[in-house]
Amino acid sequence: MIKLENVSKTFEYKGKKVAAVKDVSLQINKGDIFGIIGFSGAGKSTLVRLVNLLEKPTSGEITVSDHRLNSISSKQLRHLRRKIGMIFQSFNLFNSRTVFGNVAYPLKLENRPKEEINRRVTELLRFVGLEDKADKYPEQLSGGQKQRVGIARALATSPDILLCDEATSALDPETTGEILNLLKRVNEEYNITILLITHEMNVIRSICNRVAVMENGRVIEEGEVYKVFSDPQENTTKNFISTVLNDRLSTQLIEKLKKKHPSKFYRIIFSGEATSKPILSEITSKHHIKFNIIYGSINELQNQLFGNLIVEFIGDEQVVGEVLSELKIVLDVKEVELA
Amino acid sequence: MKVDWSTFWPRIIEATGETITMVILTLIFASFIGVIIGLLLFVTRKGNVLENKTISICLNVLINIIRPIPFIIFLVAISPLTRIIMGTTIGTFAAVFPMTIAASFAIARVVENNLVSIDPGIIEASKAMGASPFQIIFGVLIPEALGPLILGLTFITVGLIDFSAMAGTVGGGGLGDLSMTYGYQRFDTSVMVVTVVILILLVQISQFLGNLLSRAFLRR
Repeated sequence: MIKLENVSKTFEYKGKKVAAVKDVSLQINKGDIFGIIGFSGAGKSTLVRLVNLLEKPTSGEITVSDHRLNSISSKQLRHLRRKIGMIFQSFNLFNSRTVFGNVAYPLKLENRPKEEINRRVTELLRFVGLEDKADKYPEQLSGGQKQRVGIARALATSPDILLCDEATSALDPETTGEILNLLKRVNEEYNITILLITHEMNVIRSICNRVAVMENGRVIEEGEVYKVFSDPQENTTKNFISTVLNDRLSTQLIEKLKKKHPSKFYRIIFSGEATSKPILSEITSKHHIKFNIIYGSINELQNQLFGNLIVEFIGDEQVVGEVLSELKIVLDVKEVELA
Repeated sequence: MKVDWSTFWPRIIEATGETITMVILTLIFASFIGVIIGLLLFVTRKGNVLENKTISICLNVLINIIRPIPFIIFLVAISPLTRIIMGTTIGTFAAVFPMTIAASFAIARVVENNLVSIDPGIIEASKAMGASPFQIIFGVLIPEALGPLILGLTFITVGLIDFSAMAGTVGGGGLGDLSMTYGYQRFDTSVMVVTVVILILLVQISQFLGNLLSRAFLRR
């Protein structure tokens, strides 16, 4: 659906070259809700704009719905853009047009007949739950309502792809949830591939099936959301994950706990099959030792459970060693180190 | 010799008509030219939909040459051209030519300023929807800027009433002419007072209409 191969984008600003995107290769498949997460300045905004050529790549190859963007004419590009919807953090609605007028605009660009425009706009406003706001102007709407209009407008020309540029970053948590649910419906009911960028891990956790983490213009980690959450490799990724999973204790707290509990702490990660079995209690009772859960959380990710516990084992050191090696067969176990 | 007010009113009404004619004709022509130049100024800016360095620089230099010239001097300086184009330099219609030229450049700047203040995100969104540069100019830029643009044009209209008074002094007719000939040169304060009151009324009326109209288009 969307394929980026070794794509780089360098801006020239006052004679200085600034590389916003460095050698990025990504593949987004049909039906994906693909999330790109990164801090501000990581290059994700530029990256999403490369997909509809609002920014031209300095090098590399971009393919969107079988169109190679390097060799596309401006007329072909305008046609392709009508098949790529886009929504924005600041909504970017036309203040001079009503809600109806905003959603109708992309259809007017295509000179669609009036009845068809009326029908399509009404249908879309119903889909986003704003059928009673058709005659209102954007200034009369709340942030969440504005983004709904943005979504309806982006869907007007029945695109295959929807690009979301920090679409929920200007909204409160509750409204964010509503908009994310709407995006999920867009993906499921209209079968639209979504590429979104965000700095909130919560957004990735709520709706994405795949994720890429960006830092300093590069994609540093990429994969299935469940896999990245349960086994993050890079520090930045771990930091992002801990913003939503509460999977890490502060070093001060670990120090404090260590004084009270002389034995070692182990982090045990449960994922996939392991979450539905009483593995921990089976193995420890077999060896007649006790365990104590110090801290932990169990979360839902992509309709699967994901557990993250910090545990101490109370018993003979040799027996604990045996327990650990048995646990390691089915679970991910690591000694908690003091950084 | 003081004027005889029992017979002078028709002269006042005629002069008011001349002033209104000059202002309205100038406004029509200058808005047309000014909007085109203003749009060109904006769209040829760096990073804009029809970026063009040559056109941008030429227009800016031209505007910056014409704009600083005081109108009364511009009026006289341009009179040979006025004669070529209008056939004469005297009368209400002849005055419309220099007024239009001067006002066009002022309007161009007003248009440009209002377009610059449009959120670039809106232009980006239009591009992302597959709008062509012309669709963006006429379907997005102009409607989005229309409210403040009307206020800007109202501001220009008030300036035109001022211009028309100056044009009057060099043979353009209208209230300015009347006020100068009777009020100033013949020391008839009553004519001065009446013309000033009428000019104030004209300004008030145009401002009122401008506000009303812009409110209909202003959506924030």
